[in-house]
Order: sequence, then C-alpha cells, then structure tokens
Amino acid sequence: MEGSTAVDKRQREEVEDVVVRFAGDSGDGVQITGGQFTLTTALAGNDLATFPDFPAEIRAPTGTTFGVSSFQIHFGSREIRTAGDQPDVLVAFNPAALKVHLKDVPKGGMIIADTGAFTDRNLKKAGFTTNPIEDNSLEGYRVLAIDITKNTLEAVKQFGLSQKEAVRCKNMWALGLVYWLYDRDRKQTGDWLTGRYGKRPEIANSNIAAMNAGHAYGETTELSGEQSYRVQPAKIKSGLYRTVTGIEGLAYGLVQGTQAADLPMTFAGYPITPASALLHTLSRLKAFDVVTFQAEDEIAACGAALGASYAGNLGVTASSGPGIALKMEAIGLAIGVELPLVIVNVQRAGPSTGMPTKTEQSDLYQSVYGRNADAPLAVVAARSPSDCFYTAIEAVRIATTFMTPVILLADGYMANASEPWEIPDVDTLPKFPVKFHTEKEGFHPFLRDDKTLARVWAKPGTPDLQHRIGGIEKNYNSGDISYEADNHQKMTDVRKNKIDGIANFIPEQEVEIGQAGGEIAVVGWGSTFGPISRAVTNMRAQGKDVSQIHLRHIWPMPKNLGALLKSYKKVIVPEMNTGQLITVLRDRYMVDCIGLNKVSGQPFKITEIEDGIRKQLG
Amino acid sequence: MNVATPPAKLQAKDYASDQEVRWCPGCGDYAIVRAMQVTMAELQADPSKTVFISGIGCAARFPYYMATYGFHTIHGRAAAIATGAKIANPELDIWVVGGDGDSLSIGGNHLLHVLRRNVNLQYLLFNNEIYGLTKGQYSPTSRVGTKSPSTPVGSVDNPVSPTLFALGCGARFVARGVDTNQKHLPEVFKRARSHIGASFVEIFQNCIVYNDGVYDYFTEKDAVADNQIMVEHGKPLLYGKDKQKGLRVKPGHFEIESVTIGENGITEADVLVHDETNKMLATMLCAMQPPALPMAIGVIYCNPGPTYDEGLAAQVTEAKRAGAKPSLNELLRKGPTWTIE
Repeated sequence: MEGSTAVDKRQREEVEDVVVRFAGDSGDGVQITGGQFTLTTALAGNDLATFPDFPAEIRAPTGTTFGVSSFQIHFGSREIRTAGDQPDVLVAFNPAALKVHLKDVPKGGMIIADTGAFTDRNLKKAGFTTNPIEDNSLEGYRVLAIDITKNTLEAVKQFGLSQKEAVRCKNMWALGLVYWLYDRDRKQTGDWLTGRYGKRPEIANSNIAAMNAGHAYGETTELSGEQSYRVQPAKIKSGLYRTVTGIEGLAYGLVQGTQAADLPMTFAGYPITPASALLHTLSRLKAFDVVTFQAEDEIAACGAALGASYAGNLGVTASSGPGIALKMEAIGLAIGVELPLVIVNVQRAGPSTGMPTKTEQSDLYQSVYGRNADAPLAVVAARSPSDCFYTAIEAVRIATTFMTPVILLADGYMANASEPWEIPDVDTLPKFPVKFHTEKEGFHPFLRDDKTLARVWAKPGTPDLQHRIGGIEKNYNSGDISYEADNHQKMTDVRKNKIDGIANFIPEQEVEIGQAGGEIAVVGWGSTFGPISRAVTNMRAQGKDVSQIHLRHIWPMPKNLGALLKSYKKVIVPEMNTGQLITVLRDRYMVDCIGLNKVSGQPFKITEIEDGIRKQLG
Repeated sequence: MNVATPPAKLQAKDYASDQEVRWCPGCGDYAIVRAMQVTMAELQADPSKTVFISGIGCAARFPYYMATYGFHTIHGRAAAIATGAKIANPELDIWVVGGDGDSLSIGGNHLLHVLRRNVNLQYLLFNNEIYGLTKGQYSPTSRVGTKSPSTPVGSVDNPVSPTLFALGCGARFVARGVDTNQKHLPEVFKRARSHIGASFVEIFQNCIVYNDGVYDYFTEKDAVADNQIMVEHGKPLLYGKDKQKGLRVKPGHFEIESVTIGENGITEADVLVHDETNKMLATMLCAMQPPALPMAIGVIYCNPGPTYDEGLAAQVTEAKRAGAKPSLNELLRKGPTWTIE
C-alpha cells in the first residue's frame, strides 16, 4: 500500500504496486524513457500515475546536480492515485542523479547505476569525494552497478553510429533492463522507435538493439539470480483507455467545449513554461476550427483572444502566473464588456520567475481577487490530467453561458503528468450551443437574460445591430456610456450578481470519499487530489472518521459548501501554497479551517497528508 | 409580386452615431471623424461589417461617434485586440484608431507587430504630440524642449517619427494626412482601405487646448505652399505656390534636396517622380522636415504583400481539406489504446 504501511515487496514475485524513478542529465533521454515505460505499462493494463520533473535549463551543464532530470512512474494492479512517495527502483544514469535522488529511496530499494558514467570527473561534479558505489555508502540498498555505457556501445557497434550517437542509446538499454525486471513487452517501444527514426533506420535499430541487450542482460546473464516481478493488470472500470497528460486534457477539452458551444476557437498565447505546450498542441488541431496565434506578448495574447470573442469566436489564452498578471487588465475589460473568454493558468512556483518547471498552486488569490476594482469572474480548477478535459469543457460552458471570462487553474505537475483515461464518447457529452442575438427590435448590447443575467452577444457583421462597447461604464438600459452614480451602483451589482448566480447552475458539492458530517473533512482543490484521496482512503482503512471534499468550482463555490463544511468537527485544507483556499473558505463561511501547507515545488507525499490528519485526530 | 426597393444610398450623416461628441470645441478630431463619415458614404461601406477599435486617449473615443460596430478597449492594446477580431472574422473591415501616446508609448510593441505581420486592417494614428486626456503631458512624438506639466523646464528626450517607425516595422502602406484638409483626408482613407494589408496613416491633428498650433509651420494658410508637398504616385514631386519647387536627389549625395525650376538650369525633368513602391524613397520623404524640405503628405508608400490573416486562414482551410470532417472521438482514439474488460 502507498503511504503509511510500508510492505516489503522484494519477498514477493507478485507485487501490487511499484514506483520506478529514472534520473540523469537533461540530455540523457530520461523523459522519453519514462514516457515509453508509461505507455508500455498502460498497455499491460496497470493503473498508473507519473511525475516528470526537470530543470528549467534546456541543456544544463552535463553531470551537474542542477541539470538532473527525472521521471517517476507509479503503477499497480489496483487503483493508483499518485506518482508515489518513494521509488522502489532508482535508475541513476550518472553520479549527480544518484546524489539528488538517493535520499528518496528507502533502504532496501533497488539502485541501478551506470558505472560507465561514474568517472572521477562526474563524481567531482556531483560533489562526491569518493565513489559511492565502492565506498559502502550504498549499504542497505540493492545496488546493480552495471557499466551500461559500455554494454550499450557493444550492443550497437554493428550499426556504425558515431560514439556520441551510440552512447545516447543507453537510456534504451536501461529501459530494456527494467522491462525485464517487470516482465514488460518490448514491442510497443520497438514500434515507436521505428516510427520516430523512420528516416534514420540505423538509429532506430541501434536503440532497439540496446533495449534488447538490456533485457537480455537481465534475463540470461549477470542478473539471473535476481528476482523479477510481475504486476497484474489493475482491476479498474472496464472500457477503452489511453494515456493522457494534463496539456492534452486541456487541449481536447477546449476543442470539445467549443464544439459543444458551436463556436470556432481562437487560441492566442505567448511562450511560457509550463503553458506553451497547450499552444503547441492546439496548433495541430486546426481542422477542428481552431486558429492559434502566437502573440508578441502576454498582453497581446489576451487582447487578441478578447478581440476574437468580440468578433464571435471563443477567445482562449493560456499562461502561467507571471503571464496571467500581464493579462489582467484585458481580463478586466472582458469583465466590463461582458464577453466570454477562457484563461488557462498552468501554475508554477513563484513569485516572479520563481521555479518555472516546478509545481505550485499559489495563484488562487490572483484568480479570485487579483484585479483592480470590483471585477468578479468565474474560477474553476482541474484535479488531474484527465480531469483537465472535463474542467476545460466546464470553463467554456460557463464563459459562453454567462458572457464572462473564466480562469481555469491547472498546474505544472498535472500538465506534464500522465495517467490512464477512459476515453469518453464525446457525442454523448452535453451540448450548450451559443445563440447570437440577431433581433433588431428593442436591441441594445446590454440586454440581459432574466435567469443568467448574461448580456446578449451580438457580433459584428450582424445586420442592423451596430453598437459600441468599451471599458467606460455602460448605461444599464441602453449600453451607452454613462458616468451616472446610481447607474454605476446598478451595473456593479449586476456584474456581481451574475457571477454569484452561476452557483445556481453548477452541481452541488459532493463528498468524494466518506460522508457528510463527522470528525474531519479534508478539503482540497487542484492536483492535491491524488495524495489527499489516497491519504483519506488509508486513514479510513484504519477506522478513522475522515472524509474528502475536492472543489472544482473555486468561484463561485457550490451553494451547499458552507453547510457541508460546518457538518464536520474539523476541516483540514492541504494546499501547495501558504493558505489561499483557506482564506476564501473562512471569509465565505466563517469556518475555522486548519491549513496543511507545502511550498517546495514538489507535490505532496501521501504520508505528509496522513501525518497532518493524524495530528488533528489527536 | 414583391418589388424590391433598392436600399437607400447612405449619406455621411448616416454614419454618425447618436452619441453626443465629447471632444473639446475646436479639436482636430471633429474634422477627422467628419472626414471618415464622408469616406464611408463615398464607399457606401456596410456599417454592419465595419468595426472601429481603439485604445485609450482622446482619439480613442472615436468609435463612439461612428454608427458602425465599435470597441473602445484599453490603453495601447487596440492593435492586439483588432488582430484577434480580424483573425476570428476576416470579413470584417477593421479600423484601429489611436493617439501618439496610445500607439507609440504604451502600445508601441503592438503597433510594431500588427504592421510587421501585415494584418489586413487600417491603423489611424492621430498625432497631436501631446497627452490630451491626462491634461497635457509631453508625448513620445513631442519635440525636444516641450514644456508640459511633467516637463516644466522642457522635455529632453528625442521624439519618434511615426511614419519612419512604421516603415522600419515593415509596414506596406504608409500615408499622411492633415486633420483640416477635408478634401484630401477622405482620399487617403479610401486608399488605406483599398490596400490589402496593414495600412498605416499618420494624421497631423491639432490639440487646441494643450498643444495649439503645433503644426502651423506647415498647415497655416501662408505656410502650406512652401512647407507641404502632396505626393502622388507617378507624378513629379513638385510643390510651392506655382509648383515651381521640386525635389531631386542631390548630385553626388544620397539625399534629397529642394530645387527651383528655372534656376541654375533646373527643369522639371530633373525632379523626382514619386514611386510609392520604393521604400528607400519613402524613407527619405518621411524624414523631410520644413523649412529645409517640405512635409510630405499623401500616400508615401504602398507595396502590397501577403497578409497574416490570409496566411492563417489558408492553413486552417488546408487542414480542413486534408481529411474528412474531423472527429474528436477519432482523435482521442488515435495512438495506443487498450481495453479493460
């Protein structure tokens, strides 16, 4: 079991779940190795979760600790909710990788190290004075010290690659070995390599040969005495599955949302880590009535998205915290002119540049409060890669139904992580087609729907509905500019009431695990879903009265949330910030929540949340 | 049988909105909005497909006074918002209106990019060399030494030339007009509109309150003849009361000089003929300053090229042609999938 109960897996051939971490230089192909292991594992029917973690530098100096890139995968024959607290197996491609990651490996864990990379120079760069493989400092671990580099060169020499190209195949050698260890099929990766290096078959063949050599090494030679493992397919809901990253979930969800709204999408973005991948993904989906625009800056990206909404498309923009800050004036205009707009924030560690490739969820204040004046908008948050798909649809629904900007919060962790996803039949998902206003009689641009309070959407090009809108306050009854005191009060009120009223059109808050009422509710939002979920499950298995509540709608909040929170004796709010949701909950409901906060750029471990719960159980 | 009544011909007044104009009495902006309404009537422009988008400033109030679609946005960002609108619906005829502060200080970056991308829209820069709406601070086009509330002993920074900036950005249509020249301004607007691509027009606009008379040196009745030249493609670059002055390349130098026909053996054949497709000539014409050389007015540069919005739309069309009607269900099932029983 993950978290609290450490079970010694090495004594069993059949294991329920395993955590493997690959680590090496940013140029070692660690992310590709992890990606292939993920896909193969998914195809074997395991449930899984991944955590890619890499430096902001594209090619940091080789051999340095700050240049280490890693990829962790947790897979098993039962439901997997996090990428795992501790790796059972660490594959270290160099001394720096070992230096950075050894502290996470529990005693008894397996370390596969490429001795070929443990040169004096690399050891020194990593800050080792002696070779840890030889100086007994790895006592208590199961160390497989193999010269992977040399074995790889041997395996690929028949293909005539340059030394540099040949050495690059070592990630596949290591992958082959791990495939043997967990009884995995190599076909998927072989096919992938053949496709990827279609124009250079010698590279494809070398990589395949390296993978096969790594596998053979485990099977027939030196490791024959080692135990290998089997992880049975997971017992998860039947259906057709694929893997999905958060970025893919967002992109496909935005496409589905705009199709459900019957609108073309104009996506305007500006490169920023970790949100750029959304621009890349959507730029390949033009056939779905998606136009992507790489703007000159974040402000222009938001402006262009708003201009597109003005013209009758759905404008979407994406960024990370610092970029969102730049967009905020244009978001204020979208609030003032009441046009739909979706703003995706793939949060990262801050403030300012902070740690661009590390995750955090510290932009909740920015989303809910971060504008001049009384400027309310809707905020939704995704909880996992696959949930990005559904949350993106919800963001589009709210934006177009209520003629409002919507901020969709994701984070760097879920954006890059992947998980199995039961592929939905999108034809069965709800539609919410936009009806543009065309009726001349009685028209003015701020006519409102009685129920939603949304204003009419009359797009340029519509005959006889010419009108002017802008940032200056509008007359409630005509849409013309107005500086009248009572009118400003009325318009401010209606903008607020419209957003507050969204609560009448969203589902009531459900209890994820457990029941309404009782000792403790653990309330979260965003990518803390996985660790909270597992921690609460573990605590309940120990007979503790703990329930989980996880919010998608951050603003406005579900109508029943206040009463629900008050039905527990204690409310714990774990967040990867210093306590932002907790401020909103206290403010809204006068509930004295207890914070559980972590701001390290790393996701929560299950044990950290369990410890937090235990402390409150007394 | 129904007899179709031909739509009534729209008059200039039909393009005026019902909003009370709020510029200062005597502001040059009145003349520009009037010239625009005349232009619209002459073109019989479809008001429902015409959109004015502006940023912030005195000039940016312009859309409120046109009976077309209009979007008064935020300071400096009109070009970006207009780009998004044009991408979303290339059918729209989009005019961006901004002042010198809006376009060249806070919005300089967006002006640069809308011009270099060659988005098919018109950009009108009302240049009055001052911040009017914030009560008279010097602007990025104010001349050195401009005294203003923020520069009580005179500004020290060099001004930017809007047209040279535009040419440097890669603009393919650069023109100039004068607010009070009601005969000429609609002609410039019509040329700007017929140009496919980003059309940049600088309009010398008088701010009667904070910078009155700043262009008198070439717009005053007595000054016009000797200090303005109306450039026209294919016509010799002549000016002066009796068109006796002309521009020529100074022999042995890479510069333009003013000559008088009949003096020193100069004939009309020595005078340059305006070629609006010649960027080098356009650059030199834009750099001219009275009194040594006249201020060039009219279409200085026009050299059409591929537009951003067409290029983008073509990629979408191509993507749609490539396959059958796309299905998200298919896309989601492309690549490795597996079934859990």
